Amino acid sequence: MSKQRKAVALISGGLDSMLATRVVQEQGIHVEGINFFTGFCVEGHTHAIRRQERAKPKRNNALWVAEQLGIRLHIVDIVDEYKDVLLNPRHGYGKNLNPCLDCKVFMVGKAHAWMREHDFDFIVTGEVVGQRPMSQRSATMPLVAEESGVGDRLLRPLCAQRLAETLPEREGWIDRDRLHDFSGRSRKPQVALAAELGIEDYAQPAGGCCFLTDASYSAKLADLWRARGNREYDLDDIMLLKVGRHLRPRAHFKLVIAREEGEVKFLQGYRRQFTHLLPTSHPGPLALLDGRADVDDLELAARIVARFSQGRDADKVRVEVVPTGGEAQTLEVAPLATDAIPSGWYV
Amino acid sequence: MSRHELDCRRLLCPMPVIRTQNRVAGLAPGDELAVTCTDPGAAKDIPAWCRINGHELLGIEHGDDELVVTVRVGASEDG
Ligand code: SF4
Repeated sequence: MSKQRKAVALISGGLDSMLATRVVQEQGIHVEGINFFTGFCVEGHTHAIRRQERAKPKRNNALWVAEQLGIRLHIVDIVDEYKDVLLNPRHGYGKNLNPCLDCKVFMVGKAHAWMREHDFDFIVTGEVVGQRPMSQRSATMPLVAEESGVGDRLLRPLCAQRLAETLPEREGWIDRDRLHDFSGRSRKPQVALAAELGIEDYAQPAGGCCFLTDASYSAKLADLWRARGNREYDLDDIMLLKVGRHLRPRAHFKLVIAREEGEVKFLQGYRRQFTHLLPTSHPGPLALLDGRADVDDLELAARIVARFSQGRDADKVRVEVVPTGGEAQTLEVAPLATDAIPSGWYV
Repeated sequence: MSRHELDCRRLLCPMPVIRTQNRVAGLAPGDELAVTCTDPGAAKDIPAWCRINGHELLGIEHGDDELVVTVRVGASEDG
């Protein structure tokens, strides 16, 4: 009997990687999934922060897809290693701060290392030629295979017929005729293939697979780097950029103001790391202060927070200010008028 | 068989799943792991992860702001 061939599939949670995996499974290949967590993934977290969404947590699509396919899924935390990809992309950024091409090279390279370590034979991705402006152009498809070091052990079942033959095809593990020739941005071939394979339920992510493709998220990240004078970040920074209103009244500090109860709870977890402000005379939101603030800055911050409290129309609002590791103090301030907050303060 | 605990408070999904997975990789079949989480998504994700990877979900206890998901490590070959 011939050896059971094994493939590791990059599973994002979307339809394409789901289809690609199924196509390969149909040919008798044992597939396991790998999913990378960069910290910026749309999957998971923010759903868990806001209150109405806490009540009905969303499924994790990568896990869900793996379950539908009946494959194991290995989720790999690449938060730290991913920094170098994001900060120094050799191929630059897409429309926002998304380094898609470098990201693909990196992930395929990680999958390749996993493949060798676990004695698998090849890698499967759901990529389609011409689908994404940056990472899935016909010119960049060979580049991913080459730069990641995986070479001809990278199979893209959805568009393989448009690409050079790969090792699994050459070796006869995979029948090229039963692969596909999809290209371009149209989703019709995928939808048709899903129907053919009896896949009815799948996630349809809008845009990219991560927050870095989002203009407003990228603006917040760029603002953070600018304000700090360097581009260091950690997972807490990434998460905080997804939560609350962000206002930067001065170059050297910004406020993260909770918008609802779920966000208050989430921000409470950061009280020891940041100076925080909370209205005490009126119901109002918790706010974190990121940066440096002198006496005048604290007063300004308190006035802004008061503006977002239910005391916004009162003459005075008391706001408790608690510095990290310092004594709490209560400031009595006049809430800033709404029109006194320049739109440029909103990050 | 031994019982272990894992603190995933304040971590948002999928981090609790990743931590659970990595911890389970170092445990023996039959061992139990109790994972304390604050992200309610863990009540879905950890059980899904168990089903996929051949581990057994022993139960989920919901507290006020926390939940404890208990898992029994399956006989799978490599976590
Ligand atoms: S959208 Fe994000 S995760 Fe997807 S390839 Fe681009 S940078 Fe990577």
